[in-house]
Amino acid sequence: MEATVANVLLTFLAVTAVGIIMLRDLLAAVILLGAYSLIAAGAFVVMDAVDVAFTEAAVGSGISTILFLGALSFTRHDQKPRPNHSWMALFLAVAAGGLLIYGTLDMPYYGSATSAAQTNPGLAVRFLEESGSEVGPPNIVTSVLASYRGYDTLGETMVVFAAGIAVLSILGLKRRRPGENAPLDAPGDKTTTLVVNSSADDGSIASPNEMKRYPRQRHRVLQVVTKLVIPFVLMFGLYVQFHGDYGPGGGFQAGVIFASGFILYGLIFGLQKTRAIMPPSALRILMCLGLLLYCGTGLLTMVLGGNLLDYNVLAHDALHGQHWGIFTVELGVGITVTGVMISLFYNFASKRSL
Amino acid sequence: MFVAATIALLITMALTLWRALVGPTQFDRLLAVNSFGTKTVLLIAVYGFLTGRPDFLDIALVYALINFLGTIAVLKFFEQDDLGSGQYQEDDY
Amino acid sequence: MIDLLILLVSWALMIVGCVFVVSGAVALVRMPDLYTRLHGASLTDTGGTLVIGLALIIQALFVFDNSMAAVKMGLILLFTLFTSPTASHALAKTALLCGQVPLDAKGNPLLDGPEQASLLARSRPADYRHGQDKERIAQQIQALDNRGGDES
Repeated sequence: MEATVANVLLTFLAVTAVGIIMLRDLLAAVILLGAYSLIAAGAFVVMDAVDVAFTEAAVGSGISTILFLGALSFTRHDQKPRPNHSWMALFLAVAAGGLLIYGTLDMPYYGSATSAAQTNPGLAVRFLEESGSEVGPPNIVTSVLASYRGYDTLGETMVVFAAGIAVLSILGLKRRRPGENAPLDAPGDKTTTLVVNSSADDGSIASPNEMKRYPRQRHRVLQVVTKLVIPFVLMFGLYVQFHGDYGPGGGFQAGVIFASGFILYGLIFGLQKTRAIMPPSALRILMCLGLLLYCGTGLLTMVLGGNLLDYNVLAHDALHGQHWGIFTVELGVGITVTGVMISLFYNFASKRSL
Repeated sequence: MFVAATIALLITMALTLWRALVGPTQFDRLLAVNSFGTKTVLLIAVYGFLTGRPDFLDIALVYALINFLGTIAVLKFFEQDDLGSGQYQEDDY
Repeated sequence: MIDLLILLVSWALMIVGCVFVVSGAVALVRMPDLYTRLHGASLTDTGGTLVIGLALIIQALFVFDNSMAAVKMGLILLFTLFTSPTASHALAKTALLCGQVPLDAKGNPLLDGPEQASLLARSRPADYRHGQDKERIAQQIQALDNRGGDES
């Protein structure tokens, strides 16, 4: 039964992927990518990769859709038709794809008894058997992620931080020129441009790309429901952050979920109000603070006489030390990811509404 | 019985996915993907019970919260072509 | 005896939920235009989730003896009850605003065109409940447009 469900979900995944490639309309592709992420998370759950599914669930259908939409609002909605096909490009694509497929031939089959994980089980068995007494948390993924390979996770956090810095330096500086800052949604400005959806095939839509000026649209139901939902989103983010030792979840997922609450607020109530709650300067501090917390923990362990990120020396008892270390490190990851995600939203969403 | 529910949900997902792929309008796709999200939440929950380990409901819970976010973002994009404007907020009619 | 009764109730709820969910998907595929599809899909989404969720809560409490799972399932139900109808509402409103004209059973448009659809989306519900007076809605919106222009 489990294999059947996995196969059906993977078939859905392939069908959706082909559909996304075939579509010329980039907006439709973004919508379908949401479905793709949903199927992928379902498949991960069926394959027992719960933490990965959690990340996919938190990132895939929320934040990445918003980032794609933000990128689309800088460009056009439809793919530019290319009449002249380049044979060189086709050759390169086929060669690279062929190499990738050739690479998968060496990989063991799903659940194969002769895979390296089965024939050389040293590391896996050690993690499964010893992590309870060596590190502590019942969720072994958290022990591996935050303690056994804490250095690797430090690198991942650094990558998230670097991405945030890169987006800030590319998109954040562009609009600082004088004169471009005229806020479109100043009080009293009651009109906006509305792009009439041009991609319908059933002819019920006005001519393509017709721009109209309409008064603002109210969504009072959305406002009320959003205000009801946001506290639960934030609370659930905190739960995922601090319950990551015991169940699926951890700093990365918690940061994304916590940021989602703010992004939801920003979508409904506008960027100006959100900036009043969470100013960009505070976000920059948060981004750095999280990484500093992580690096500081590493330095502290070195000062106390251990190796980098060897939490055993943090407390009189090794297990307590591990507990404190994992707690601080996960908190640092969560703070950095929250800061970077909200900052990404600010930069991608504020095309003309600073 | 969980098996029957899983099969029903998979059939539902296939039909919904078909609607998401053929359109014809963007709203149809969005509606289908939103509905697909609800079905994924249910599938993850039912699958947890099917395998006898109903501990993975956290993921379904995330989807129940985040799916809304994606739908609202796309709708706001349809309406305003801009995610950051405060145009949902003022209230005079 | 009582255990059997509880099980039966849970299975019955599950079957009803499956019927809801599958019929919603059939509606999504077979209905003629966006609004009828929306109607079918959103109602069965909420209803199906509610019924299947109740069945799962009963299972978690009485068969798996896992109250945490029951609480989480209850939270999922609560959030879906709030967010799913809201998303459908927002989708219908935005579609109308962007000029999607509803069709009747024969495929004829029910409104004059995209402009009127977006006028409907921007009018108060009470206005189009009382006879869909196009002129009055148009006047109202014109007045609001003018007011907005004066303020700025």
